Amino acid sequence: MKQNIIIDVAGLTKKFGNFTAVDNISFQVKEGEIFGFLGANGAGKTTAMQMLIGLTKKTSGQATVAGYDIHTQSEKIKKNIGYMSQKFSLYEDLKVWENIRLFGGIYGMKDKDIAEKTDQLLNRLDFEGKRNTLVKSLPLGWKQKLAFSVAIFHSPKIVFLDEPTGGVDPATRRQFWEMIYQAAEDNITVFATTHYMDEAEYCDRVSIMVDGRIDALDTPAQLKAEYKAADMDEVFRKLARKAERD
Amino acid sequence: MKTLKYLVEKEFKQIWRNPMIPKMIVFYPILVLLIFPWAINFEVKNIKVNIVDQSRSTYSQRLTNKIDASAYFILNDITDSYESSMKDMENDRCDIILVIPPSFDEHLVKEQKADISIVANAVNTTQGLLGSNYLTEIINDFASDLRYEIKPILKVQQAQSLEIVPRYRYNETLDYKTFMLPAFIVLMITLICGILPSLNVVLEKEIGTIHQMNTTPVTKFNFILAKVIPYWIIGIIILTISIFMVWIIYGLFPSGSIIALYLASVIFIVGVTALGIVISNYSDTLQQSMFVVLFFILIIILLSGMFTPVSSMPVWAQTIAYVNPLTHFIEIMRLIYLKANTIADLLPQMGILIAFAVVFNGWAVLSYKKSN
Repeated sequence: MKQNIIIDVAGLTKKFGNFTAVDNISFQVKEGEIFGFLGANGAGKTTAMQMLIGLTKKTSGQATVAGYDIHTQSEKIKKNIGYMSQKFSLYEDLKVWENIRLFGGIYGMKDKDIAEKTDQLLNRLDFEGKRNTLVKSLPLGWKQKLAFSVAIFHSPKIVFLDEPTGGVDPATRRQFWEMIYQAAEDNITVFATTHYMDEAEYCDRVSIMVDGRIDALDTPAQLKAEYKAADMDEVFRKLARKAERD
Repeated sequence: MKTLKYLVEKEFKQIWRNPMIPKMIVFYPILVLLIFPWAINFEVKNIKVNIVDQSRSTYSQRLTNKIDASAYFILNDITDSYESSMKDMENDRCDIILVIPPSFDEHLVKEQKADISIVANAVNTTQGLLGSNYLTEIINDFASDLRYEIKPILKVQQAQSLEIVPRYRYNETLDYKTFMLPAFIVLMITLICGILPSLNVVLEKEIGTIHQMNTTPVTKFNFILAKVIPYWIIGIIILTISIFMVWIIYGLFPSGSIIALYLASVIFIVGVTALGIVISNYSDTLQQSMFVVLFFILIIILLSGMFTPVSSMPVWAQTIAYVNPLTHFIEIMRLIYLKANTIADLLPQMGILIAFAVVFNGWAVLSYKKSN
């Protein structure tokens, strides 16, 4: 079961005029995997991810997400994924429960299911007291945890996380990764970009993008062995040294 | 359709929590309908007049009194110096100078004719023109009075000059407020339903929440429909509040079909909210969309016949006015309010409003992009 391919990318390319943001990348992600999508700032991670979730159109290449073609079936893909962006994007002027209800509702969940799952979620996060709080008055760490919970609230097949832990303290980041493991255990595939190399160690497999290309893709242990590095940080620095872009 | 329920619910909560919008919906009609009708008025009153009386005769005194008695004029100064009066005009102390020459009474008595000149400040064209017209009328009146006094014998022979008494139908007292109130209601609906939805969508772009929405299965159609529905409802609420206010304060109630009035309003509101959405679809920032929306709204207001009649515009402007939905909506409102028109009388205008609503709603959905 865990060996099904859920994201299949072949030769995907995105050009903005003369600039090739994503240069002919190919990789596969297996169902239930935690896949780390690494790269320096400007390496093309976010653009690649946006093509997979249907926010940006590809220039050339092929990709399927959850079995659907990103070019022709992007609306079907959207039913099967969750997304959390680096920019916090819940509605700040809605209360905690209202955000949950809104996103549950637009993914087609029933009122009753939404209400039940909201109770469970708030209990699990120890958020019960914040149910009626406007999201804008929550601390950033809480917002990120809530945004992640909302992204997987409708039990998607895959959740895409775009630098989910930016600006969050180490303790909260730790809790955040516990939530990610929990999601993976519930058989949600996790596709996450990050530039915290300690977080890369938590992933089942990681890919490292340099100048729009994927220069390395393997388990963290294999990568460390291959590059004779003590940790992922060193692997990353050895690879990033080759970068020509600023 | 189920998705729509959650989206509309969200929009209403956000509008309700907005620090400005709920207050605006209540205070806007009150301010506009209580203040504008008194301030925006094309009647010219209180024209300051200087009389350069070089004759200092009984006749010139009588003319001065007659002018002073008129409600349109305020006597600023009676002097014999034309120069000092010009100085007054330069300093804005007077708007019109009436010059009565030294030989005024002599000429009047001997030749039954005298020269009087009027100098009007035409910086404000309307005031200058109307002021000198009123003044001429008073002088003519004065002249015909004198004619009988000086040559009473002629009174019988002289043909009575023809006097025309017009009867003004539909607004019998020629009250400017009656003419403008329906237009003010239209103005409010246009501003609120045209500007607010546009700002709302661009705000989601700036905050980044629209990005999140675009990764969900929400369709373009549902997203936009959820954005406009609250403003349709707000527009109808404002219309209803306004109709009652105009009725209570000014005693003016639509004399035609109230169903036609609501029907036309709904069609117009649906169209103008879509116009706002179209503009926001092409704007990335609040400044951009605010500027573009105001630009278009200013044009459609000025070229709508709200303040100046379309028939006196140049042909190119008449063409714009003809395709301008506001022209037709204002016409419908005025005709229903003042002329007791029904739906059947208003079919051509209704047709144009429907075309406007269909075109802009289609455009709004087509121009919204979930990806780039």
